[in-house]
Amino acid sequence: MTAPTEATTVVPVRHPGRWVGTAIVIVLAVMLVHSLFFSHVERSGKRQPRFEWAVIRHYFFSSEILKGLQVTIEVTLVAMAAGILLGVLLAVMRLSPNPIVSGSAWGYVWFFRGTPVLVQLLFWYNAAYIFPVFSLGIPFGPAFFHLNLNSTFTPFVVASVGLGLNEGAYMSEIVRAGILSVDEGQTEAAQSLGMNRLQNLRHVVLPQAMRVIIPPTGNETISMLKTSALAAEVTLGELLFKAQSIYSQSFQPIPLLMVASFWYLIVTTVMTMGQFYIERHFARGSARQLPPTPFERFKRGIQIRPTIGPFGHGGLS
Amino acid sequence: MKDAPVMVKADGVRKHFGRLEVLRGIDLQVRSGEVMCIIGPSGSGKSTFLRCINHLEKVDGGRLTVDGHLVGYREHAGRLHELKDREVCQRRAEIGMVFQHFHLFPHITALENVAVGPVRVKRQPRDRAAARARELLGQVGLADKADCYPKQLSGGQQQRVAIARALSMEPKLMLFDEPTSALDPELVGDVLEVMRNLAGQGMTMVVVTHEMGFAREVGDQLVFMDEGLVVESGRPRDVLANPAEERTRQFLSRIL
Repeated sequence: MTAPTEATTVVPVRHPGRWVGTAIVIVLAVMLVHSLFFSHVERSGKRQPRFEWAVIRHYFFSSEILKGLQVTIEVTLVAMAAGILLGVLLAVMRLSPNPIVSGSAWGYVWFFRGTPVLVQLLFWYNAAYIFPVFSLGIPFGPAFFHLNLNSTFTPFVVASVGLGLNEGAYMSEIVRAGILSVDEGQTEAAQSLGMNRLQNLRHVVLPQAMRVIIPPTGNETISMLKTSALAAEVTLGELLFKAQSIYSQSFQPIPLLMVASFWYLIVTTVMTMGQFYIERHFARGSARQLPPTPFERFKRGIQIRPTIGPFGHGGLS
Repeated sequence: MKDAPVMVKADGVRKHFGRLEVLRGIDLQVRSGEVMCIIGPSGSGKSTFLRCINHLEKVDGGRLTVDGHLVGYREHAGRLHELKDREVCQRRAEIGMVFQHFHLFPHITALENVAVGPVRVKRQPRDRAAARARELLGQVGLADKADCYPKQLSGGQQQRVAIARALSMEPKLMLFDEPTSALDPELVGDVLEVMRNLAGQGMTMVVVTHEMGFAREVGDQLVFMDEGLVVESGRPRDVLANPAEERTRQFLSRIL
């Protein structure tokens, strides 16, 4: 049980499994690259590349696809903003001491979480059938304000309302979990300063709850970007809808679905990076030191590299 | 101090959590400018009583008044009306409280912790509140820590920031709930020093504590509580030197 001195030779643990695993991964990667870029298939008597990269390249920056991408991002942002606002409101209502208020919030979440979002979208798409006119006024009395749903409920509005109302139900649970994660002593300290419920929530509890709320909200935003593809069902001209309408004429579904997929991947990647910086912002005060940004880690990595091989300190041995 | 106005007056104050009776009729009185220290075994109800004074707990029976106002109620035509939230907040703003575990707001700096009350509750302009906060941090010996987040401070420093935060509301009464119990022994002295200075400036204080030296030196009254009752009270010197009650004697022999 003596500690290794300079005279002793240290034999690191061998990892034969890593060699086997590396070999398998390399073979699979070569197969994938070959299949993606170098293989061909017979289609109606003609020899064609398996993946039509030329078609993908042709449509990738086409104005139709870019327009669809723009609509996808817009509807995602609008629905997410609505969802977050609604979620905070519902979470605060759920935690209200007033049973009518907390009960209503519970009922809302129960309904919107309990039905498929596609069904909700189709419902809003057809809402004008049941409520052709939306009026504000005295219940069963005169109305002061009319809204013709047939003309206001464009596909964009339908998608934003449908996705936003649904998202509100999920966001409310996320926000509620965040609020409950903050130590009760914080509320007592705020109360002892004379803060009321709202001041406590706004200045003490919610800023701390953000640390718990942000990661799942990032998740929800990424999820919303992809869920917005359902809005193709209510004829919203978003990314998938545009891809579909192009391949319904060109009969090249796979390349166009790949175009759409690549764009979804690009946007989710950008969102993931944004999430890192937002989380870093709200980590102030909770850690003695903020986590390094990828750039800082890269710089530090270059300096440390010489001592660490690609498989960690032991290297491949 | 004998004829100073009464700041806190308890008459048969009762409190229960479910079936557990925590306070079974507390009678005591703190005059303006006095320091009252409350001691007693854990579970004796001393912290609960302190929390009743600023209505963090609701009193179930008896009368508890602060500066002549009933806590949590308004008396009108022989009936008690529960106070609205807004009124409860107004009353609380006039009473400072320091907690065993500090409860500083971790997401803002020490300076912001001390300024947040005046800015949000009293609607003071930011620069005025910040200037006053710097002054208060100086008073507790932490002028150089203004921009630190609570996590970057030691327990003793955090507790002193918490005292400055409570003072920022210009309270007429300060409540301390075991302010040094969560601290490493060598950090206790700094916090007690700040409290001693505060007492010297004439602040009315109710202190739940286990620091007998502080109680003897700074306290005007010492109250020994056990099982929800005031067992014995008097001048700290007398109570500590010759306790009249057997239970007080037992408690003191265990901790001294």
